[in-house]
Amino acid sequence: MSWQRKILRVDLTKGSSEIEPLNMEWAQQFLGERGLATKYLMESMDPKTDAMDPSNVLIFATGPLTGTMSSTSGRYAVVTKGPLTNAIACSNSGGKFGAELKFAGYDLLIVQGRSPQPVYLHIDNDNVEILPADELWGTTVWHTEEWLKAHHQNPLLKVASIGVAGENGVRFACIVNDLHRAAGRSGVGAVMGSKNLKAVAVHGSVGVGVDDPQRFMQAVKETKALLWDNAGRRELTELGTNAMIDAMQEFGGLPTRNFHEVQFDGYDKIDPDAMTTPNVHGHTNLITNKACFGCTIACGRIAHIDQKHFTIVNRKEYWHASGGLEYETAYAFGPVVGVDDIDALTFAGYLMNEHGMDPISFGGTLAAAMELYETGVITDNDTDGVALNFGSAEALTIMAEKTGKYEGFGQILGLGSKRLCEKYGHPELFMGVKGQEFAGYDSRALQGMGLGYATSNRGACHLKHDTFAEDMEDQTGKGKAVPCKESQDRTAVVDSTGLCLFTTAAWGVEEFQKQIDAACEGDWSVERLAATGERIWNLERQFNLSAGLTKDDDTLPKRLLEVPAPSGTAKGKVNQLDIMLPQYYEARGWTADGVPTRETLQRLNLG
Amino acid sequence: MQKSLLIDPEKCTSCLQCELACSFEHEGVFNPAKSRIKVFEFEHGRRAIPYTCTQCEEAWCLHACPVEAITINPATGAKEVNDNTCVGCKVCTIACPFGTVNYNADSGKVAKCDLCGGDPQCAEACPTGAITYVDANWTGYDRMLESAVRAHPAA
Repeated sequence: MSWQRKILRVDLTKGSSEIEPLNMEWAQQFLGERGLATKYLMESMDPKTDAMDPSNVLIFATGPLTGTMSSTSGRYAVVTKGPLTNAIACSNSGGKFGAELKFAGYDLLIVQGRSPQPVYLHIDNDNVEILPADELWGTTVWHTEEWLKAHHQNPLLKVASIGVAGENGVRFACIVNDLHRAAGRSGVGAVMGSKNLKAVAVHGSVGVGVDDPQRFMQAVKETKALLWDNAGRRELTELGTNAMIDAMQEFGGLPTRNFHEVQFDGYDKIDPDAMTTPNVHGHTNLITNKACFGCTIACGRIAHIDQKHFTIVNRKEYWHASGGLEYETAYAFGPVVGVDDIDALTFAGYLMNEHGMDPISFGGTLAAAMELYETGVITDNDTDGVALNFGSAEALTIMAEKTGKYEGFGQILGLGSKRLCEKYGHPELFMGVKGQEFAGYDSRALQGMGLGYATSNRGACHLKHDTFAEDMEDQTGKGKAVPCKESQDRTAVVDSTGLCLFTTAAWGVEEFQKQIDAACEGDWSVERLAATGERIWNLERQFNLSAGLTKDDDTLPKRLLEVPAPSGTAKGKVNQLDIMLPQYYEARGWTADGVPTRETLQRLNLG
Repeated sequence: MQKSLLIDPEKCTSCLQCELACSFEHEGVFNPAKSRIKVFEFEHGRRAIPYTCTQCEEAWCLHACPVEAITINPATGAKEVNDNTCVGCKVCTIACPFGTVNYNADSGKVAKCDLCGGDPQCAEACPTGAITYVDANWTGYDRMLESAVRAHPAA
């Protein structure tokens, strides 16, 4: 129980689908969601395959606790090879879609091949159909979801879909579910588009059980109370993740204008306080908060744009409420591009969800484009006559829409920052790792964050490790390697349970262990979970090494290694990756070239 | 004292813990598709409204049933479906104006909220207090209080 013990495998080339039993040995080794899907990915494809090739495999993966009554039980992961990074992609999402896939009776949905025509999947428990998507191809995520619910006469249908960006291979196109949640990073939406798969629509009524219901419910009750009483949880509920913008401004770790600076003077126009203060028209940005499936935190924001704002004054179709600013969107549309217009940020956020794009990568790419523009490398002739100056709300919103619709200069922005900078002869302006743009944390202020960015298996990512406490306490490269490694392993476990990372505000491994052990077959101890996390991390590393990545890819841009932060607590500092990386490889049991040793692989049952 | 479920949509975050709790209580598995309480979302999640049987006095479902499968629990006032008696004719689902009694094709019986015999699990599970179990005579109390404060700000 907890696992449904069924995999749905769809071959889009043949136009067929098959239900197969879950490999329980792999479930015992890799748990579920991220870990389990990585194992299936390794066994289903050659990591050297091009990410846009039909042989790339796209996996929607739930965890054993997805769909149970654990707090935050709505998570699922999309695992594939990422077109943005040419590395393993593991993109996590919430909302309601993942739970529904589990209720339909499946642990994983594996999509292979490429359909000759645009199609979508309709799953109703055991009934699986591959249906023509000609009415949907070329339309938005929001239109697609509405159409599918009406067409299948089921208002409770759950949908994951792509927009025109994904259809056209925008490198950071994402998969949006439930209108404004997303498997956001690394271009997983472009993989879906390359398969001519427009959407997956699910309805499930099979239900999810657990091995020991009484013990499980006791563990759920205890962990729920612990989470509820936690101050970090309370902040997430009341302010959302955007509270981080004030913290990073104060600390001096807020990447501004393509990482030229680490503090942004416009921060207080887009922070949680600004979201709840009426503007000159009496309009207040934030309406309420919202939860994903099973979530007792509810960090999501529901907002609306001022109807008088230039972006939507003549566009009634955007006057409705939708997903509001969370931290990464605020960072990517605020400081890194220098914009402090809260309505522009919110509108650009709407466009990301409507058209299916990753705001972090879009913002990072636009920031690089703005630097190219301001230094005269590109001009109005390149940018469809739009002045790409830092701070321009017009540039932000016009380009977000062009990229979403894959028009004009939007097609170039759709390459992502690394390829865009290379195209114009300035690769050093790309701010990211392995082709993926940084999140809203500057590594000159947060040293361990830099190590995490450099070594994350999916490219620059702030979610795959947690050295926050160490980074706040000490701003050198000392003492970061081991906490980075251990938190990476821990996070790999959380990402494999079906629960949300934000529970770690209150929960340690023990809290996950209690629930997993009661729900799942097998004896799950804290030690076993730690080993599972390390195994998952190393398996992902193996994928990347086979794909052709090397230790040279575990690096940071020169701007962070050589140009000191101009202000804040890290004034005068650069990132000390040169100290941390060798210590990290050693802590991992890898060679000086970042390759897992035979001993390490054997210890983890991988060699 | 007879109690009633009180729904405050302003507090609902659409987490669906209520649907999980309800289905677990009645079916032994987590299955929102079988929950007797459902949460409805509007305008991209701006509004979320949980809804279920209000245990009305008129009890159309009870009176429509040709085999008297629906009876009143004297302790809770809940209108309860007796699975052994129910024949799955679905006349009650036609009779109920609110749609809160529904057929379950898997079991061949209808299902509705029975207040879990006096300890409603949805209210227990709800993290925000959007669903509470209060004195049936005074479900409006909190709103009346808010209105009173608004009408007399000096108070």
